[in-house]
Amino acid sequence: MASFIQLLVSGLATGAIYALIAVGFTLLWQTSQTINFAQGEFVMLPAFFVLAAMNAGAPFWLAALIGISLSVLILGILFKVVVVDPMLKYGVLPLVISTIALSLLLKESTKDFYSSQAQPFPALVPAVDVHVFDAVVSTQSLAVLAVAIVTVVSLNLLLNRTRLGRQMQATAQNATLARILGVPVRRMVLYTFLLNAVLVAIASILVSPIYLAKFTNGETLGMAAFIAAIVGGFNQVRGAILGGIILGVLDNLSAAYISSQYRGAFPLIVLIIVILLRPQGLLGRIEERSV
Amino acid sequence: MLRSVLFAPVIVTSLGLTSPVHAQSTVYIPAILELSGAGAVSGTNFRDGMLLAIDEINAKGGILGKKIDTPLLDTQSEAGTSRAQVQKVLDNKPYVIIGPVFSGSVLVDMLLTQQAEIPEIVGGEAAAITQKGNPYIFRTSFGQQFSIPKIANYMRDGVKAKTVAVLWVNNDFGKGGRDTFIKEMNSRDIRVVADISTESGQTDFSADVVKLKGATADAIFVYLNEEESARFLREAKKQGINKPLIGETTLLGQKVIDLAGEAANGVRGHVGLTIDAPIPAVQEFAARFKMRFNYACDHNGIKGYTAVYFIKHVTEKIRKFDSGAFAEAAHGMTITPKDEPGILMEATWDKNGDIDRISFLGEVVDGKQKIVKTLPKLGK
Repeated sequence: MASFIQLLVSGLATGAIYALIAVGFTLLWQTSQTINFAQGEFVMLPAFFVLAAMNAGAPFWLAALIGISLSVLILGILFKVVVVDPMLKYGVLPLVISTIALSLLLKESTKDFYSSQAQPFPALVPAVDVHVFDAVVSTQSLAVLAVAIVTVVSLNLLLNRTRLGRQMQATAQNATLARILGVPVRRMVLYTFLLNAVLVAIASILVSPIYLAKFTNGETLGMAAFIAAIVGGFNQVRGAILGGIILGVLDNLSAAYISSQYRGAFPLIVLIIVILLRPQGLLGRIEERSV
Repeated sequence: MLRSVLFAPVIVTSLGLTSPVHAQSTVYIPAILELSGAGAVSGTNFRDGMLLAIDEINAKGGILGKKIDTPLLDTQSEAGTSRAQVQKVLDNKPYVIIGPVFSGSVLVDMLLTQQAEIPEIVGGEAAAITQKGNPYIFRTSFGQQFSIPKIANYMRDGVKAKTVAVLWVNNDFGKGGRDTFIKEMNSRDIRVVADISTESGQTDFSADVVKLKGATADAIFVYLNEEESARFLREAKKQGINKPLIGETTLLGQKVIDLAGEAANGVRGHVGLTIDAPIPAVQEFAARFKMRFNYACDHNGIKGYTAVYFIKHVTEKIRKFDSGAFAEAAHGMTITPKDEPGILMEATWDKNGDIDRISFLGEVVDGKQKIVKTLPKLGK
């Protein structure tokens, strides 16, 4: 029982990080039909912004703010203006290929300009163990879980309880109709990219103390979040959250109780089952498009 | 900026811009290394050690009056790419090839160098590399068949373990180490109560640590790559594992210690190569490396450095650039620091291309690797 609780908390913490990244996938897809295959590298990069700021003498909290700001600028505004806007008119596939190229560029540039070696990254809270029913749960896991929950709840409040959020949702559901109704669609799309940049920066700060900051981190994270978004429903924020949680918990439990050798296969098995039985994802909605 | 300069030859070579005809004043010794991907830490350490040696030798006039020409080719840490790069350099008739470091890549491309009869000095440690009867393969670090028995003796005599658990990375390096370890444990009547594989690049070790805790072993043998070792140690500390954690070279490396922080304290094991060795020549090399590249060298840096001096010494012995004669002369050769200071420690290459030299038992104390015992060469 103690082991189970330990694995569950750890899995939930990992799943919450996947969820943040997966939410970014769904936001970009809904508002601009962008599938961002550089999303994993978007999570890898802010950690290096933070480390660079700390190397320049900034305390961690300030470095984190600088990291988030640079993410908004580079992974939000620049990404949209330099990559997405010029490519989007040629359809989804060229844009997908562009983001794959971008992921390689970001990965190799980070390696060349910073380091190929993994870097230790400061944790949000000191590593103190909490005992719950004989299980040893780390405060770091709990902090990751708490920050992720606060972020997701804040995002939901923004999307559902504010005028800005409703305008963004209207843009996501039907951009043409939203434009007729006076919603500034272009600005809403830009805001989505900014939101995604903030989410990946938060995910980066949460995950890097565990994964260590390394230029290859995006490979694992991007793939896991992409699978999570499909499993949960690519067109629903709440679906992406569910998908992330399922994947994180499944990964830990399957490695402990079934096979650590085949742990990488279990998320893919879930993905196949979901695609076969419910192609729109667990919480996704069926989209019909006229041709 | 420095890295950009270092990578310039890679780009040039990748684009096929180098001339296949090499100037008579240079000797062509290409290096095929893990410069990107999962093996980049090992590959870049090996590369930098190698570059340091090349610059030292070239500054003194080169080998037999010829400067060393070493273009760098990236395997991207993939065996297929490594093989393609070897195929490419073989067209240019190299004297010797250096690298790669990943055992999986070595095992794939060593057939090509054997067919071409070109010696290959590799960083891979998998036992299988030198057990295939290939007369052109040489290492500058212990193979697992040399290092693991030393660990096994330590488990029996030092830790006095009756039961052990083994945690290993599921690649050629890890599988080779795991197979050799289990064989050595069986021969010493030590029972393996948990045999846990992990993935290369794995980030979350909570499930593995839970399994290890449930195994109730007297000691745990950890055989992972650098970053995975650090992540595992952090998780092990988090979950309060209190059994001895025993490793081989990597687990006690300074990089792992830096990444794992306090979690590395108390880790023990065998160290084949280390800049903390109580040998002045090794420590002077480490200082030169740090000054030039601004980071602390790991065991792969020593492998790269000694590989170049190995080539220099053998070539000066045979007094010509003849690949076949090199391979023949290198088997059974002993090089002492007196004859060749760049070799750092006395080393002997056997008939299979395996190296034998002194090694060490170490422990991590207060965030530093501390050598507690020097073990003699196996042949002594």
